[in-house]
Amino acid sequence: MNADFPILSMMLAVPLAAAMLCLVASAHSARFLALGATLINLLFGIWLWSRYEIGGAQWQFTESANLFGPIGWKLGIDGISLMLIMLSVFLMPICIGASWRAIKDRVSEYMAAFLLMEVLMIGVFAAQDLMLFYIFFEAGLIPMYLIIGIWGGTNRIYASYKFFLYTLLGSVLMLIAMIWMIQEAGTADIPTLLHYDFSKEAQTWLWLAFFASFAVKMPMWPVHTWLPDAHVQAPTAGSVILAGVLLKMGGYGFLRFSMPMFPDASAHFIWLIFGLSMVAVIYTSLVALVQQDMKKLIAYSSVAHMAIVTVGLFTFNQQGIEGAIIVMLSHGLVSGALFLCVGVIYDRLHTREIDRYGGLSINMPIYATFFLLFTMASIGLPGTSGFVGEFLALTGVYKVSTWAALICTTGIILGAAYMLYLYRRIAFGTQKNIDAAAMEDLDMREFWLLAPIAAAVMWMGIYPESFIAPIRDDVSKIVQRIEYATPALDGKFIANDPSTEQYRVGNESEVDSRIIESDASGSTQ
Amino acid sequence: MTENDLFYTRPELILSFSGLLLLLLAAWRPNWGRLICYISIAPLIAASYYAWVIMTNEAFEFGGDAFFGQYRADGFSSFSKLLIYLASAITLLIAPRFLEKKGVMKAEFPVLILFAAVGMGIMVSAVDLLSLYIGLELNSLAAYVLASFARNDVKSSEAGLKYFILGALASGILLFGISLVYGFTGSTSFLTINAALSGELSMGATFGIVFMLAGMAFKISAAPFHMWTPDVYEGAPTPITAFFASAPKVAATALLVRIVGEAFTNQVDAWQQIIIIVALMSIVVGALGAIGQKSLKRLLAYSSINNIGFILIGLAAASQIGVAALLVYLAIYVAMTLGGFICLMQFEDKDGTMRDDIDDIAGLSKHRPVLAAVFMIFMFSLAGIPPMFGFWGKLQIFQAAIAADLFPLAVIGIAASVIGAFYYLKVIKVMYFDKQVNVIADSNSRTLVWIGGILALFVSPLGYLSISILGKWSAVAGAFLFVNGG
Repeated sequence: MNADFPILSMMLAVPLAAAMLCLVASAHSARFLALGATLINLLFGIWLWSRYEIGGAQWQFTESANLFGPIGWKLGIDGISLMLIMLSVFLMPICIGASWRAIKDRVSEYMAAFLLMEVLMIGVFAAQDLMLFYIFFEAGLIPMYLIIGIWGGTNRIYASYKFFLYTLLGSVLMLIAMIWMIQEAGTADIPTLLHYDFSKEAQTWLWLAFFASFAVKMPMWPVHTWLPDAHVQAPTAGSVILAGVLLKMGGYGFLRFSMPMFPDASAHFIWLIFGLSMVAVIYTSLVALVQQDMKKLIAYSSVAHMAIVTVGLFTFNQQGIEGAIIVMLSHGLVSGALFLCVGVIYDRLHTREIDRYGGLSINMPIYATFFLLFTMASIGLPGTSGFVGEFLALTGVYKVSTWAALICTTGIILGAAYMLYLYRRIAFGTQKNIDAAAMEDLDMREFWLLAPIAAAVMWMGIYPESFIAPIRDDVSKIVQRIEYATPALDGKFIANDPSTEQYRVGNESEVDSRIIESDASGSTQ
Repeated sequence: MTENDLFYTRPELILSFSGLLLLLLAAWRPNWGRLICYISIAPLIAASYYAWVIMTNEAFEFGGDAFFGQYRADGFSSFSKLLIYLASAITLLIAPRFLEKKGVMKAEFPVLILFAAVGMGIMVSAVDLLSLYIGLELNSLAAYVLASFARNDVKSSEAGLKYFILGALASGILLFGISLVYGFTGSTSFLTINAALSGELSMGATFGIVFMLAGMAFKISAAPFHMWTPDVYEGAPTPITAFFASAPKVAATALLVRIVGEAFTNQVDAWQQIIIIVALMSIVVGALGAIGQKSLKRLLAYSSINNIGFILIGLAAASQIGVAALLVYLAIYVAMTLGGFICLMQFEDKDGTMRDDIDDIAGLSKHRPVLAAVFMIFMFSLAGIPPMFGFWGKLQIFQAAIAADLFPLAVIGIAASVIGAFYYLKVIKVMYFDKQVNVIADSNSRTLVWIGGILALFVSPLGYLSISILGKWSAVAGAFLFVNGG
């Protein structure tokens, strides 16, 4: 494959074609078709990562075609997009595998919906045209609405409506803002818009409009209420993809649009973000503590983790933003894996109620081991991916505001409380329910669904450099763009902070030496 | 009368003469209904060809007047005519089977459609209050008969009567406005009226404008003048409802655009507020009214009210981009609404009875997956959810509104579109999430399947490939209006 190969378009075309084929295929062949297409995309993703030149051009693998008139078919990725695309293509085959037996009804439509979801997710992260981004961003509602509504639980209709209308209401305001931006700047090209200076007044309104969309998608307190419903009602794989990737679109949106395009407004509203996030961390952790439904508990923990992401992003410094991105990646893997773990026992007992289980470590030791690993990763134990992200993010927060750091850290302690409490009730203790005690341990399929995620979680925890290296330059470019607006809060380390200097791009020799360093580290892997 | 007059009015001439000939044929061969339907498509194609020539040929770049400034053939009228003829032709294709089943197929049906098309052609080409009114009434008379075409059906007769009485009332209101405008400007020609209306607007002329707009709002079924729409749409035979929701809507909207964009460009403030209020009311009334509906036809009627609201946002922008956006929206709207009704026509049970209740299509996706998927595409497209093509229409409209600095209108309008999404979602929910009731039998009409499928492809993401063509010709068409004022 040469350098001009339109790899991103191919990554969109393969699942799209497979989705169309699935619609006319039988249930059995649809499963294999979906698995094959997602695995091909995973290979494409690995190739993409291996070819991604760290420290090279900001936008790589760019494609541009004049297909749709004013809507430019412009694709391209930077390190941040690359990581999120990797997350999507990594989770997709696992989702298909998780639905292999759980879905018996309308299998071909189900597989088609998931493949369409993959197209749209990759599209969101690769779009370089504002309108194209919006179309991908918004179109994701359709397959997800169907996935929740058709294959969901008992209260699925309410959940699907809530999911659709909540997200739609948030997004339409963003659409208006986007139209205005395109008319004001005269271009819909995202890389150009990143350097366009909107007036301060305009920034405020635009920021609020984008916030309406991303805050719902993220989701931030108090507009998070669609998430527990959607998670609980969605089929297992739906929850995985929802928590794993769809929530990341909110964070990606803040990072790609709100912050670099409207730095002044971002600084202006920093307390809105911090305030809501701090409430979210504490409040949703407390709510998670009293849940009886496993999926609901993990859903609330997602809201808490996403709050760490938002505070991390709005720290305006390198560590905070890098940390937020790592939390996004880590949470994508870990919460996805936790939902899979719930799915494993749900498939056996058909209940998500925590009290119906207990003592699973006795009859399901392998399962309990995996579950423990992901529990620890969710808490943020050193050695797992959760620690790296949360530590970096909180370091960043501490530089901006010690109070915010204090409250967010409390949230993490609460996180340890509800996750350990969940694990104790499910895996430890006596085998109080006979049917739960009779459950069999993981079979091969389930083992191979969880094992890759476990490996990725450990990898990210032990050697995070592989994941931080691609995003470092892009984050520092964002920081450089928005640094001037950093608000003076109660942080004590703003002045003469050497850690910010260290990553500054622009000093040529330093950049070069870093490229050499990262090349060296790349080759040692 | 000069040669030019005859040249520019060719579409209307072709349609009138073929209409008369076919009427003769219909008189001698009353049982040839279906054949005459198919024959009537030929004059529509011929008329479309001449409309196309006027729009695309450089020689007619500036359009041309006929009959001493009564009639104008230009890009705007041609674009609208193409849509009207297309919608009429599709109606002629889909109607025969349905009407034959109901036992009401008459050879006059295609002739009435042709005469309605003549009237609509005159409407969109009218640049004088007289020709405007002639066109409008020619179309309306045909439409009243069409609404009550199923004579043995009480609901259809009721629809015809309601349509006639309310339509006549609307015409009266319009005529009153016309007389006031004529009285205060001294002319019936749009250009002269526009010149006379510059400067301070007198009370009488304001009343004239308001009454004219109210009459036109009636014809395009915009709130608060929409009350007749659900009843007429529900009562009329479905293919005829599809016709009402598409072609006359295009014609009346184009007529409204022509009036305000040519006769009232010096008084934008006088009509802009009215259009804004009417647009927002239509969006909200259309969205809220549809929520409680059990009948799918009534639901689509409210959906058309809702869509007219969005179309009027484009007009409220009072600019050439606005008109271009409006025309793009109309083109997509025609495809969506015709497609929706074509799906509706396939909802029949084993006895061949039309099932129009929303509960009858519960679980449709299980036994008629393709039909359900196609109907879903139309519903998502009507709701304006990307990547369906309906989104592109809405996007164009809002782009025009924002370019005209109408922020409150754009924000309220788009927020209200979320309310609208609710009932479109409800249809999809019934088809996909609910328990199967198995009422709808297999359809055996290949015409419906093919036309519905082609329209579905157009409003699916594939429609985006047509953006450049649509954009080019809508821009050409839009450039003929708001020449001095916008």
